[in-house]
Amino acid sequence: MLSRTADHLYWMSRYLERAVNLARMIDAHQRLALLPRVPEAVRQGWQATLVSLGAEGAYQERHGAVTPRTAFNFLAFEREHPGSILQCLRAARENARAVRGTITSDMWETLNETYLDSAAFNSSMPEAARGDFLEWVKYRAHLTRGITSGTLLRDEAAHFTHIGTFLERADNTTRMLEARWRDPGGRGERLIEEASEWAVLLRAMSAFEVFRRLYRDSVTPQRVTQMLLMRDDLPQGVHRCLDELQANLAAVANEQSKETLRRVGELHSQFHFGRFEELCAEGVTTFLDRFQGRLKDLGERIANDFLVPSGSF
Amino acid sequence: MPVPYDEMLDQAGVPRGHCRQYYEWLREQPPEHLARKRTEADALFHRVGITFAVYGENEGTERLIPFDIVPRIMPAPEWQRLEQGLKQRVRALNAFLADVYHEQRILKAQLVPPEQILCNPQYRPEMQGVKVPGGIYAHISGVDIVRDHEGNFCVLEDNLRVPSGVSYMLENRKMMMRLFPELFARDAIEPVEHYPDVLHENLKSVAPIGVTDPTVVLLTPGAYNSAYFEHAFLAQQMGIELVEGQDLFVRDAVLYMRTTRGPERVDVVYRRLDDDFLDPLSFRPDSTLGVPGLLTAYRAGHVTIANAIGTGIADDKSIYPYVPDMVRFYLDEEPLLANVPTWVLRRAAERDYVLANLEHLVVKEVHGAGGYGMLIGPAATRAQLDDFRVRIRSHPERYIAQPTLALSTSPTMVAQGLAPRHIDLRPFVLSGREVTVVPGGLTRVALTAGSLIVNSSQGGGTKDTWVLGASLGPGAAEP
Repeated sequence: MLSRTADHLYWMSRYLERAVNLARMIDAHQRLALLPRVPEAVRQGWQATLVSLGAEGAYQERHGAVTPRTAFNFLAFEREHPGSILQCLRAARENARAVRGTITSDMWETLNETYLDSAAFNSSMPEAARGDFLEWVKYRAHLTRGITSGTLLRDEAAHFTHIGTFLERADNTTRMLEARWRDPGGRGERLIEEASEWAVLLRAMSAFEVFRRLYRDSVTPQRVTQMLLMRDDLPQGVHRCLDELQANLAAVANEQSKETLRRVGELHSQFHFGRFEELCAEGVTTFLDRFQGRLKDLGERIANDFLVPSGSF
Repeated sequence: MPVPYDEMLDQAGVPRGHCRQYYEWLREQPPEHLARKRTEADALFHRVGITFAVYGENEGTERLIPFDIVPRIMPAPEWQRLEQGLKQRVRALNAFLADVYHEQRILKAQLVPPEQILCNPQYRPEMQGVKVPGGIYAHISGVDIVRDHEGNFCVLEDNLRVPSGVSYMLENRKMMMRLFPELFARDAIEPVEHYPDVLHENLKSVAPIGVTDPTVVLLTPGAYNSAYFEHAFLAQQMGIELVEGQDLFVRDAVLYMRTTRGPERVDVVYRRLDDDFLDPLSFRPDSTLGVPGLLTAYRAGHVTIANAIGTGIADDKSIYPYVPDMVRFYLDEEPLLANVPTWVLRRAAERDYVLANLEHLVVKEVHGAGGYGMLIGPAATRAQLDDFRVRIRSHPERYIAQPTLALSTSPTMVAQGLAPRHIDLRPFVLSGREVTVVPGGLTRVALTAGSLIVNSSQGGGTKDTWVLGASLGPGAAEP
């Protein structure tokens, strides 16, 4: 497969995955807003999300103080913010357009339609319709994944599509966890059980029922974090993502990708053989930060090995 | 201007024999049903992304080429005559190209003035003496055909560089079959959907000598080119890689593409990029779209480029008037397809006539394309006519003139209902081991009442083109 084609497939799936996880993060805030919380707690929650996404600076530059509505608009609709949901959907579609001959017509038409229909959503949407927008994003992502799994030949094209999806998902899951850990919950003015806030995260990630089935116990930050990091059978879980990443990278291995494969194996073994308590001994956010750094390194190595090879290769 | 020939109705407004069945069906359809089908077609084209980018407009301005749901219908005998004429013409043009870049017998025979060729910017001296597989230069030709008021077909232009539009021929058919399946169940309409297979076979047949299982790629300028949809579409339909210049490189005069598993050799390049951009080392040095060293690999015979470099010398408007002579010269046959009568303005007598009758004629720049740089006399203002008189007097060799043709018309769905609009036809002629034409082509229609300009860049639309089955149904009848 052409390196450039692989590059477009990889970014197509990364952007789509990012869009849907952004929708989930925002959805968590919409759900939190229904809990009895003081305005300061709500504001701090959004602040923590912006920080965990690394978008705090860009936000402040444009909008200054954090308000729920502006933060929603920024993450969902803002044209000038390349990390907004609408811009991710556009980028996914542009990448798909560049390889529309490689993916199936059904995949292309779905991604294209998603982009065309996304024009109907913008920051002037009424409050009541905003939930529908987030549901729509999730629905379109489900649809695209279903069509991909139902029609795409399991060759290199599928492998690079999966590499993009699982690298992005592993990253996004840790950011969702980080946002919750960083949220001080109103600095001592916490009016509700912390458990409710973590339950909201689980619901936003469509993982609440799974938690109940696996733990049959109350929702605590440690249990939720452990589940989302360590389970190898949970599709949203980091361990699962690393399983997939490792398998797909092995399937496309070439002469210069040995080191990348070694590093992903090393990272994977932490989750496969490591203990949760030991991994997070220095604090959960420290661990999450470090992990995101290693994913970034993997992303760069994948680009060098496969996507933009030098002339000599 | 004489009364144009209508493809569907005779002068009394009665449907021609081969159209009767369709026309009756059309008249029975409630207008709101047809309007709904038309809206459905637009939505489907958007969804499939059969759009073209408009330069200089905002993000998200992707336009559709308007599609008309009324087909252009051609009876079998008429198509067969046209097909023979097209094959003959393209054979002669390929013979001419091989001759120009080798022996130049046609110059020695004094059929074409040497300076017309050798001083023409479309002539590529780099190609002199270069052997190409099978002696084929124009592998894909999109010959523009018009029909005059008497109903005769003639050739308006031979497009031998990178003719486009075939994806619309294929998508229009797919759309018609989706919108009106009942019509296809009833009429025997020649299929066109095998075009990509024929094209792929054709490209493989001209691979460098000794290559048994050639790798063919389609070279596109990229996703922002207005014909990108077509490039992606054809590559997908043929199952070949769609490459950009940056995906290719030349080492030791061999062309490779960069893949996730390392370099892979390329044997045939179906390029959708003009000569000027192909190789920055040989042509435009600022081109980032091409591949440095491609010409070296090509001249070494390690790769086939389709169409060949330098085909522009054969479809240049200044060479066009000589094509019927080429048919006689190379094939020793009488041309089956006529040219549109053409005045060559470098000849004094013809120039005088044209200057005296400018307001009735069409003047074209010899190197112009896409309907730009042309004067349509009857529609021009005083000032435009004066401007062209000055231009013609100072550089007569840059222009040719033709009568204002009453292009044939076809009923077309417009806002007010059915109305006649002018059309042309671009069939696609493939030359390799043999010469083939898929029955049909791209029918372009000028949607503005009275307009003769069918180019999509200037408000033209397209129609499906039906060639009726040779031995089936009422379609076999003469018009």
